[in-house]
Amino acid sequence: MTVVSSQRDTDNLTLAITSEFAAPPTRVWQVWSDAQQLSRWWGPPTWPATFTRHDFTVDGRSQYYMTGPEGEHAYGAWQVTDLQPPHRLVFTDAFAEEDGTFLDDPAPMRIEVSLEEGGPGTRMTITTHFRSVEHLQQVADMGMEEGMTQALGHIDALLTEPAAV
Amino acid sequence: MVVDHDVTDRIFGALADATRRDILARTARGPESVSGLARHYAMSFAAVQKHVAVLERAALVTKERHGREQLVRTHLPTLRHAADLLEAYQQLWEQRVEAIDDILTHEGRPS
Repeated sequence: MTVVSSQRDTDNLTLAITSEFAAPPTRVWQVWSDAQQLSRWWGPPTWPATFTRHDFTVDGRSQYYMTGPEGEHAYGAWQVTDLQPPHRLVFTDAFAEEDGTFLDDPAPMRIEVSLEEGGPGTRMTITTHFRSVEHLQQVADMGMEEGMTQALGHIDALLTEPAAV
Repeated sequence: MVVDHDVTDRIFGALADATRRDILARTARGPESVSGLARHYAMSFAAVQKHVAVLERAALVTKERHGREQLVRTHLPTLRHAADLLEAYQQLWEQRVEAIDDILTHEGRPS
């Protein structure tokens, strides 16, 4: 399993996923910087993504669409806010209009990516920040409609969390 | 999907406290009385009772009278709803990470 840990923080409304890859950070960076490679993993299996624009620079915009099982399209866009190859990337990811205009509702999510040398090659941590519970709820609902996220049947780690007091 | 944001706020508010999460974890293993719960914490019975009331308002636990005791149980459907929001998003990232690993692993092989 390449995901080594995930932390759901219900206080700060962040989700952090740490994973390890058997490749150096310079190579893992390319799956982010190269639109073709990005298109191969950004969309979920049932909704593959196609990046039509990928201006991978600070303040640069990216646009993509995901294609659903019925051939329908869902549009999204990024704006990069910090870029320090091959170690750090911060961007906002938003649901968008076909022309790439960010939708206000739900608000864009801030995503921080860190790539460090470690494990078998690279340790990557992705932290997604949600603005509020309502924001998280909207993103999850919209994601479910678009097949990005699926409600799972199993019980949260809360139940197995060691006694904290 | 029908969304009630007040309900969601109450759930996350209730979960944002270590004692309340611990109470949930304990009552998920089996019903406990409020006085039984109170023995686990360095705080007054009344304080524990207040935590239980917050959980009850968020529908995370139910209370049921059993003789002279009030038994507290975790109400799993509500807890599942709260956890699912972040968990659903986590699952998306797990799929993405697997796909990245595929790209890195199958590099150079004919596709």
